[in-house]
Amino acid sequence: MNALTKPLNATEARRAARNHILTPRLETPFHPRLAALDVVNDWYNWAGYKAPHSIFDEELEYFAIRSTAALFDISPMVKYRIKGYDAERYLNRLTLRDVRKLAVNRIHYTAWCDDHGHVLDDGTLFRLGEQDFRLCCQERHLPWLLDSAFGFDVEIFEETEEIAGLALQGPTSHAVLAEAGFAGTERLKPFDIATFPHDGGPGCSAVTISRTGFTGDLGYELFVPRAAALSLWDRLWAAGAEHGIRAIGYSALNRTRIEAGFIVANADFVTAEGALRADRVRLPDEIGLDWLVDPDKPSFNGRRAILDARRNQSLKHILVGLEIEGNIAAEHAIVYHRGKREVGLVTAATWSPTAKRNIAIASLERPYGTKFVDDLWVEIYAMRELKYQKMMKRAKVVPRPFVKLARRTATPPGLR
Amino acid sequence: MQRYDVLVVGGGHNGLVTAGYLQRAGLKVAVLEKNGWVGGAATSRELTPGFLYSNCSYVCSLFRPEIMRDLELPRHGLQVVAYEGGAVLTRDGDYLASYRDHDSHRREFARYSKRDAEAYERYARDVTRQCRFIQPLLMRTAPDPFGFRPRDIAELVYLAKKFGEFSPSEMAETLRFWTMSISDFLDEYFETDVIKAYLAISGIIGTALGPMSPGTAYVLLHHYMGEVDGSVGAWGYARGGMGAVTQALASSFLAAGGTIRTDAAVAKIFSRGGRTTGVVLESGEEIRANLVVSNADVKRTFLKLVDEADLPEHFVHRVKHFKMRGSSGKVNIALDSLPEFPALPKGSSCIRGDLHFTDSIERMERAYDDWKAGRWSADPMLDAMIPTTLDPTMTSPGKHFMSCFVQYCPPKVQGRDWTDADRAAFAETVIGQIADYSPGFRDRIVHMEVRTPRELEAEVGLTEGNIFQGELTFDQLLFNRPVPGYAQYRSPIAGLYICGSSTHPGGGVMGAPGRNAAMEILRDLKRSPETMSNAHDVI
Amino acid sequence: MTSSDAPAKSSTTSATAYDAIVIGAGHNGLAAAAKLGRSGRRVLVLEAANAPGGAARGREFAPGFRSAGLPHLINRLDPEVARDLGLSLSATPGHAMPTAVLDGMNEPAVLRGAYGETIDGVSAEEAAAFGRLRDKLAFQAGILKRFLRRPPPQLGAIGIGDVSTLMAAGFGLIRKGRAEGRDFLRMLLMNVADVAEEYLDDDRLKGLLSFDATLGIHLGPRSPTSLLGLYYRLTGEVDGKSGGQFIPDGGMAAVAPAFLKAAEGAGVIIRCGARVGRILADRGSTRGVVLADGSELTAPVVVSAIHPQATFLHLVDPAETGTGFLRAIRHVRTAGNVAKLDLALSRMPNFTGLTGRDHAGRIVIARSMAHVEEAFNPAKYGEFSQDPVMEIVLPSLADASLAPDGACTLSALVQYAPYRLRQGWETGKPAFLKIVLDILERHAPGIGRTVVAADLSTPVDIEAEYNLPGGHWHHGELQADQLLINRPTGAASGYATPIEGLYLASAGAHPGGGISGLAGWNAARHILAGGSR
Repeated sequence: MNALTKPLNATEARRAARNHILTPRLETPFHPRLAALDVVNDWYNWAGYKAPHSIFDEELEYFAIRSTAALFDISPMVKYRIKGYDAERYLNRLTLRDVRKLAVNRIHYTAWCDDHGHVLDDGTLFRLGEQDFRLCCQERHLPWLLDSAFGFDVEIFEETEEIAGLALQGPTSHAVLAEAGFAGTERLKPFDIATFPHDGGPGCSAVTISRTGFTGDLGYELFVPRAAALSLWDRLWAAGAEHGIRAIGYSALNRTRIEAGFIVANADFVTAEGALRADRVRLPDEIGLDWLVDPDKPSFNGRRAILDARRNQSLKHILVGLEIEGNIAAEHAIVYHRGKREVGLVTAATWSPTAKRNIAIASLERPYGTKFVDDLWVEIYAMRELKYQKMMKRAKVVPRPFVKLARRTATPPGLR
Repeated sequence: MQRYDVLVVGGGHNGLVTAGYLQRAGLKVAVLEKNGWVGGAATSRELTPGFLYSNCSYVCSLFRPEIMRDLELPRHGLQVVAYEGGAVLTRDGDYLASYRDHDSHRREFARYSKRDAEAYERYARDVTRQCRFIQPLLMRTAPDPFGFRPRDIAELVYLAKKFGEFSPSEMAETLRFWTMSISDFLDEYFETDVIKAYLAISGIIGTALGPMSPGTAYVLLHHYMGEVDGSVGAWGYARGGMGAVTQALASSFLAAGGTIRTDAAVAKIFSRGGRTTGVVLESGEEIRANLVVSNADVKRTFLKLVDEADLPEHFVHRVKHFKMRGSSGKVNIALDSLPEFPALPKGSSCIRGDLHFTDSIERMERAYDDWKAGRWSADPMLDAMIPTTLDPTMTSPGKHFMSCFVQYCPPKVQGRDWTDADRAAFAETVIGQIADYSPGFRDRIVHMEVRTPRELEAEVGLTEGNIFQGELTFDQLLFNRPVPGYAQYRSPIAGLYICGSSTHPGGGVMGAPGRNAAMEILRDLKRSPETMSNAHDVI
Repeated sequence: MTSSDAPAKSSTTSATAYDAIVIGAGHNGLAAAAKLGRSGRRVLVLEAANAPGGAARGREFAPGFRSAGLPHLINRLDPEVARDLGLSLSATPGHAMPTAVLDGMNEPAVLRGAYGETIDGVSAEEAAAFGRLRDKLAFQAGILKRFLRRPPPQLGAIGIGDVSTLMAAGFGLIRKGRAEGRDFLRMLLMNVADVAEEYLDDDRLKGLLSFDATLGIHLGPRSPTSLLGLYYRLTGEVDGKSGGQFIPDGGMAAVAPAFLKAAEGAGVIIRCGARVGRILADRGSTRGVVLADGSELTAPVVVSAIHPQATFLHLVDPAETGTGFLRAIRHVRTAGNVAKLDLALSRMPNFTGLTGRDHAGRIVIARSMAHVEEAFNPAKYGEFSQDPVMEIVLPSLADASLAPDGACTLSALVQYAPYRLRQGWETGKPAFLKIVLDILERHAPGIGRTVVAADLSTPVDIEAEYNLPGGHWHHGELQADQLLINRPTGAASGYATPIEGLYLASAGAHPGGGISGLAGWNAARHILAGGSR
């Protein structure tokens, strides 16, 4: 068994860590830059880190993503490193997709389940080498990852604090990279990873760049050791000056991710380890992740339960995209069939400035959303000057993503 | 001669809860208390000038908010302040703290093990699931599986349905949880001994069991199922000491027109033809009533206050064998200044919470071995608090009251009665342990009260000093508490009820036994319990 | 640890196909095989050792002296299993072994008949009190017994059989009136000490109950739920009476051959010296096994009659089972506490106060409940008892072939001897052996001089010898949280496992250990009934 959860000199490290209580909220490696740019002072707690809801103006930050380039600090994203002879086989058992098909320097989006097939989390899996992977996700899973390692020759350690991450998203994002001197990024196809030289001080001579993102737009994610974070930021910031680069907070990002149809753990579904109530957990097919399940690959956690549920048609829920009439965001609204029967809940909703539609992601009880996709209604309570304006709005199931941009996948990417 | 509808024997918190509900339901109720004050084991007493002691129970969480509301306790002065965390000080000079802030809590655990820090999430989730199952049982009378009455059957169906809400794997987990030891349970989540030791404390407090005894995982719930204003599992200090709970109850009861008589020890509960007729006090005064509710524990009630000849033989036999072995002691200390714990970080909130000095399960279990052998623990397990760090009303500024709950402490010392010398030696194990972590601690002591099970029995009236009025093992829970077939607050004598912690759902300053008993009495009187709000939903 | 999947070499693939392969020729494996074989299935049993019998496999522990294996008497052989499989294991009728309890001070208390129908050496009142307690416990054990002969109810899919068992148990309870029913629900999870204390005065009898309740279990008599161990013993019967024990005609060495005969009689093929290296599984179904020598044997059904941890942690690719399942299997508490002592004696020992005839019975050294409890205390901390308790049998009295003429063998089950000994068994073993021999000397003066050889098997030795993780006789603690639907763990509690076609049939499955044959027999019946999960 790997026992890398303990540092070498446990006692010393433990004593040194006592002062954590002085900073109950951690600051990310980019915090000095974010704090300097921040005008609205609207912070929230993201996995123990101080993170911005917004930096200067949520609305304008959204347009930075869709019109120029936006920098979003993803350092609080939980990151695990998985290495070793059995790393591929281990991850193949852990996650839903076939990791054998994931080439070195490629990334795929995936999810993992418990024995009952209930989704524990979703995330991105980076194949950095033949036997070297990074798993990025929303929730913490170290005990599950370590317990899954029984009988496998792998090492697992968390590197959330050590690795700084930055998302650079938007139509001019590649122009920013090019301007910053990252030669060759134009060859990166979606889900490609490569390393590029970066003088980040002692111990850091490179940055890992992937063509990924959570916005459905052209975009990249950059990873460096913590110490090199500020130099990377400054390099991008300087290069971005003429390309409209802006720092953004989560609120703007969230609107783009809904447009792109992406889901967020513990927002659009409750993770299996977090759920107190037995009926809140979800199979992949119940949250739109059925396409990740690969029944032909070797055994993986939850396989039998998922396939049984498919065979027995015992799937209870489905996650759908909704297009709702009007322009009032329907967050957490109840969904009805024929205006009467309660059939589900909107988990995320926004007015999409890019699609010019009122869009939502909703969890429905089957057969609503599968057999019955028409005559759905959403009950919106809009608080207007201390009065609810109650609306029953017609909704229809539509495919996700709501916004599909050609520039997201064009290679080489455009510069504006 | 005064006539009352109901006499409540003993003014502990449950007696006062029952009295309060019955008085508000329109009955004429008198509470008879042997001491010069009411409160039972929930008292604040000025045992040395300028210092109020919570000299028995010392923290508040379990007390049901429904009762606080029904009896208007806040209006009568009850205020509970949640406290901030706590710490175990370890023998190597370090500590493990617990913080209310989720991330700080995780990072503190991560100092010992990143894995354990994250495992805590799953642990807390699993325990909360069990709490959610047990919570609805608290404010209900336990059904008698062999009662065969429609109500019992309906209740059993209700419980079966409740259990049916679990998935099959959760049901299997629940069966395991109820029968596991806290030590084995924790082993399934954690690798660090001090973390396990810290969490295990809630599995053994007040019990005559060690952390390795099966059934202690369940006991955990008795310390987790409480809340402070909706913050489930939180603990707090009652402002003004634990006496504030019973003072508020007493005040509410008096305001509703009830009568409290102190220094009125009941000598006998009378019955004639299988019906109770009233009581006689030790003074010889007789007080008649058709209903008598005993807040005394089941042994005291039926073996001392009631004539054995009036009870079925089988019942008496079971009462005699009801297990009430005391396992804890209490050392209450007045301090002229706040003790220092150099290991703790400066300005840490830990000192405002619970402090412990037992950093391994093994030390805890060995402390229990001492108790099994009839000795007080040489290396005891302390649950120490300084409520004056959050409650300025108990002392003058700068002075402090420290409450040390001590486990284990036997009702008899190797079969013989406690002596004062024993008591002093017992106290020394406690003071010595604290002083090891707090230089100069002894010099700060102004006054000290040491309570072994002997004192708890003599003053509070808890047989063998058992703080739960009976151990919390399976054979003494739910429909088995205190006697199978008599677990619905009634006794073999018509008109005589029991309402103390000897009954379901058991000990802790919870008030649920008192309320459930009042409910049964009103049911027997065919009165609708309209003064009783419904138990809060668990959703 | 399993290495990465290597493609099976087709050249070594055996063409012979079986309907079922049973791993392990212990008595449960043989019982399962026999039951399957009798239904016409082609069954192959694979045994790693060179002889069948599992823990009941005999061995020579000193020149000329043999031990019949770990168990030295039978108290739980299920009569229905014996009848169904035609096991020729019986005692001469009316010859239930007596139990003598020694405390080193008083004359022995000798329990005769099935668990003390008469008792010598105690007062008549005490014997009567013991009788009342025994009857009550036997009645309650009788209720529980209904649940042993069938798979545990599968929650979420309670079947008609489960309901009828429950109802039968309910009616069984009510039959004796409400008071008995209530007592049952009250006592079920109690500790043995409080129950014994309520009924008895005699320290030896209380000591015996404490010992019998905790033998082979990591509990002391004062640990809650320890009464279950006593119930478990009392579900066993001899001559239709619960709580008895016997050594079959021909001695314990007759046990393994009896099961073997039953299996062979059912057409089962048994291969010894055939260690299974891996259970073949692909995407959740098994199709056979690969032997350590690389040869592959296929069958749609694989029955693992070895310890569940040995099965899932060593033979099945961890990738084939879920993380949660493996976590639960790894959490099965299975650290043994019992050491087995085999002594070769130059002549028969003489235990003080015991008649010659009673030497052929069971001899228990347990002075009192406190004695058992204090013996247990150190085991919690990875230390062996300084003053252990034990059960002694002189096997060569029933089977003269075990020792040379005039000589004798002694077998003792000694506890507590924890598997995880803090000081390590290398240095612990000689120290513990000396303690045990000193105790024997106290109770049978002069025995020390007659010791020809002493062979102490600690749980670590037992683990190595019998492939029993933790050296635990019951293949996992027999405690409330590891019984019924939690034995060995929820997802594998009904003999079927998360791997289709793979079944569990050892003592690690319901209803647990002891030579009862029930785990194997139940598993086979479940497979024959369709074997669904």
